[in-house]
This record gives sequence, structure tokens and C-alpha cells, in this order.
Amino acid sequence: MDARSEGGPNPMKNRSTVDRKSERELVVTRTIRGPARLVFEAWTTPELFQQWWIPKSFGVTIVSCDMDIRTGGTYRLALRHPAAPAPMEFFGRYIEVTPHSRMVWTNDEGEDGGPVTTVTFEDKGGQTLLVVHDLYPTKEALDAALGSGQTTGMPETLDQLEELILTQGATKRD
Amino acid sequence: MVQFSNTHLDASFGALSDPTRRGVLEQLGRADASITDLADRFHMSLTGMKKHVGVLEQAGLVTTEKVGRVRTCKLGARRLEEETAWLERYREMWDARFDALENVVEVLRQKEMLHGRKK
Repeated sequence: MDARSEGGPNPMKNRSTVDRKSERELVVTRTIRGPARLVFEAWTTPELFQQWWIPKSFGVTIVSCDMDIRTGGTYRLALRHPAAPAPMEFFGRYIEVTPHSRMVWTNDEGEDGGPVTTVTFEDKGGQTLLVVHDLYPTKEALDAALGSGQTTGMPETLDQLEELILTQGATKRD
Repeated sequence: MVQFSNTHLDASFGALSDPTRRGVLEQLGRADASITDLADRFHMSLTGMKKHVGVLEQAGLVTTEKVGRVRTCKLGARRLEEETAWLERYREMWDARFDALENVVEVLRQKEMLHGRKK
């Protein structure tokens, strides 16, 4: 399935694409202005990461962000939405961190095993092609993430908060 | 710019803040049910359950349909529509995130131009 749609009013702006590549894979791509070296730095420096991972428009604040970014290191991110009773957490482990080119991490906050996320950074003449690839353990797990399968419990972890933002809260205004 | 409608989000969180309503959603995830079924299952008056279902319906989490004398409740949207809409919103979320990333990278780039590379 392909969620690409027509460009907004700014033709210079790069657009993200999302594809369900297979029963278990979801892939997001986007070209970012700037070399892979700097994009990687923005992704792997905790102070910088916090400036963009949760854009202000999400209405969510970062309570804490611990990132030990190296192969075998772990991360834990706690977010709060004003209407949610308690902070919600994302956590996992970095399976691979290769400077300027590739990161792989687990998403362990879900009950049934979350996806393994692989991000690749590819230099393209002053720009960087980013590919964010989520591999889910089963088709059912991805179906559930997409809100299309049987509904599993209710939001208690952060990825479910994120899902809630996605499925209930998003409206686009250019 | 991508923005998120906080009113809608608040309605969702409000709807989910109650354990009975979370239970109702879980129940409807397994199978559609009438308001009477739900009231029985949660040991609640019909009026009480109607209120809960009303809140879920307003948040877009549940839809109801009256056939004859029975009002049947089911989870929000239909599967495929929901998947397509979810993917588009997911794309918009990443677009907003990547726009912000691009701004951070731009600041790094300008710092480098002023001060030279760090390493």
C-alpha cells in the first residue's frame, strides 16, 4: 500500500513516502538537505535528537530521554501528553550503530514484541536519503499497528500513544 | 505545516481515561456487541452504558448502528479505510519530524560554515 500524495504548496520541499513493503515491513523514506554526516549527528546526539523527534505540533512533551548510542547500548524515552494520566515510555536496544550510514534498534515497549527498526543514511550530492525500515515479528503485529487487525489492549505504552496521535489527532493544514 | 488537532486528541484521551470504556473497546475488538450485551457484561445500567458508548462514539473510537430495536456497537473505522488513513497520517507525522530534523541539520551546517568542522 502506498500513501504517497500530491505535493504541498512548496515545490522545493522534499516529501516523505510510506509503503507497506510486505506483510511484515513498513518503510518510510525522505530526502533531507544536508550531508549524511550531519544528519547522523542530529540523530545520535541526544540534545539534538530531542529537538526534532517530537515536533512541537504533536502537543507532547519529552519527560526524559536517555540514549546510549552504540552497538549494544540501550535507550529509553518518556513522553507526556496533557490529557494522559502518566508518562508513556519507548525503550529498546541498539543492535547496530555504524557512523554516518546505519542504525538498527529494537522497540521493546509493546507486549507482543515490537518491530526492529533499521535506518540507513545515504549521501546524495549534498542531500541525504533516509530510509526507515520497520520489520515486525508477524503480519498480525503489523496489522495491529496499522489499526487494521484485531485490536489489542488500550494505550498504556508510548507506541500506543503515538498510534493514538496518528489515528485520532492528525489533521493537515498547509 | 502539519499540525495535530488537540481537541480531537483530548477527546480520545478523555474517552480512554475510564477503565469501563477501555474494557468496552477491548470487548468490541473481539466482537461487535449490542448496548444491552455491554451493559450486562460490565454490570451496569443500560443508561450508564449508553453514556459510555456515547463518549466513545464522539471520540470516533466506536460507531453504532440501530437495527430494529437493537443498537449494535463496533470499533471505529473499517479496516481498509483505516489502514489507508493510518498510513497517510503516519506519513504526515514523519514528514513533520523530518522537517524538524532538516532544521536541526541546517543549524549544524551553518555552525560548520562559521567555525569549521569539529572532527
